[in-house]
Amino acid sequence: MSPIGLFRTSLAKKFVMAITGLILVGFVLGHMLGNLQVFGPPEAINKYAYFLHHILPWEVLWVVRIVLLVAVVLHIVSAVLLVIENRKARPETYEDQQLIQASFAARTMKYSGLIVLAFIIFHLLHFTVQSIDPAFRNLRFDIDGKDSQDAYAMIVLGFSNVGVSAFYILAMALLCWHLSHGVSSMFQSLGFRNEIWRTRLNRFALAFGLLIFAGFAIIPITSLISWYGGPDIVYASEIRQATENWDGETPIYVSYPESAKH
Amino acid sequence: MKLHLKIWRQKNANNPGGFEGYDLDDVSEDSSFLEMLDILNEQLVDKGQSPVAFDHDCREGICGMCSMMINGHAHGPEKATTACQLHMRHFKDGDTITIEPWRAKAFPVQKDLIVDRTAFDGIIQAGGFITARTGSAQDANLTPIGKEVADKAMDAAACIGCGACVAACPNGSAMLFSGAKVTHLNSLPQGKAERDRRVLSVVHAMDDAGFGNCTNYGECQEACPKEIKLDVIAKMNRDYALASVRSFFSKAG
Ligand code: HEM
Ligand code: SF4
Ligand code: FES
Repeated sequence: MSPIGLFRTSLAKKFVMAITGLILVGFVLGHMLGNLQVFGPPEAINKYAYFLHHILPWEVLWVVRIVLLVAVVLHIVSAVLLVIENRKARPETYEDQQLIQASFAARTMKYSGLIVLAFIIFHLLHFTVQSIDPAFRNLRFDIDGKDSQDAYAMIVLGFSNVGVSAFYILAMALLCWHLSHGVSSMFQSLGFRNEIWRTRLNRFALAFGLLIFAGFAIIPITSLISWYGGPDIVYASEIRQATENWDGETPIYVSYPESAKH
Repeated sequence: MKLHLKIWRQKNANNPGGFEGYDLDDVSEDSSFLEMLDILNEQLVDKGQSPVAFDHDCREGICGMCSMMINGHAHGPEKATTACQLHMRHFKDGDTITIEPWRAKAFPVQKDLIVDRTAFDGIIQAGGFITARTGSAQDANLTPIGKEVADKAMDAAACIGCGACVAACPNGSAMLFSGAKVTHLNSLPQGKAERDRRVLSVVHAMDDAGFGNCTNYGECQEACPKEIKLDVIAKMNRDYALASVRSFFSKAG
């Protein structure tokens, strides 16, 4: 038994796992829906970003950030304890154990989770701290006379890098993998599952995972297509023009076509 | 039929064990798995070698003693069947059969295929009982119990404490066994009065004995000869959450 109250018993650790998982699942779904606004006019997502950063009281933003951070930390601490204790509880394996039920996703939660963690860190440096590409901060946008950041252009420019996009797509595939077990498993851990709902929730979890994958991965995919000469699903050619010969300091204003305004 | 057996031999708890190979001719398809081992043991004794130690008692699938891993399956490949109820007709002439003891930290090997399952007794002592004096048998139906409740409790009460769930679980977790005890007694009016104390003690006893945590693989349900369902684990999780909240507030108040 761990001395820390929250992680004292086996079941308490599972509750922590499931509740923090649920918080993260809720966030991931909301985040995905917010992102899909890139398929509207650039103004839509830029206004949304402006709202989150400047209109929403900063206290609210920080409460959400802290809750998410605490959830991620507790989720990981609990996962690490579970893995260590489970190894101890079954020190030897069998000659050739035949697993019947345990899905591959269930058995690889720790690995899919670890790569998702690496992704979360990179993603925060990439788009939140914006320390990877200096051009991001200089992409400006005018919202009814107020100077704001051009989040739209930042996203498309960020995904013009094939390696970065590939990592995003891979990480989302692994998140889908993680959730295809996790979203059903959390109901069992909290005691809300039975034989009938087990099959239904397993199917729901897979569908949810695939939805999350599709909703996130479509943005790097379409950005790459538009950037490398494909049809203009997003305004990649305009962004490319505006950023191609950047001097490294002056603010960049992308000139979107008139049709993009509304 | 002819068989090649690969059996785990271990002198005692303090010595490391290893696999030994044995060839067995002329096994009847109608013999049970344990009878097949009896035949092997007679031959070993005749040759002056020590027989393979394995646990067994009822040989009719109700006592839960016949613990062994057969070809990577707890109690062998047949669903809902204990090793003693498994018949040799499920194997083919010329098969190699691997037989191992249960593997879990909380179930140390004593000798060959025999493991020490005292840890289960610890869980039963922690909460697998009711304290109400039941006296002599009362009239039937004196305490009316709804059909769904009775069915659920009866299904959970089918657990024979064999330990296959722990053996099959890659985490060595005893959640199915413990969940079965909690569901059986917490569902019935005779056991309800102590449901919080029961679930808390059972979970603590389970953790203290060194069983692992559940990761919702579901291997236990597949291995269980009595077809106990994961539902009992969900019920234990739910009861534990409620019991923890209630005990927290009763301490605070
Ligand atoms: C966006 C991020 C994440 C989400 C939405 C998420 C979600 C979930 C959910 C819902 C569960 C099921 C809880 C349960 O079994 O009751 C789970 C389990 C798990 N997660 Fe995550 N997770 C995330 C990140 C991570 C990370 C970064 C790790 C890092 C190592 C991780 C490791 C695990 C492990 C090992 C389990 C299995 C626990 C078990 O089987 O008992 N997860 N996750
Ligand atoms: S739950 Fe099933 S497998 Fe586990 S001890 Fe009881 S009867 Fe055996
Ligand atoms: S010997 Fe009793 S259940 Fe197999």
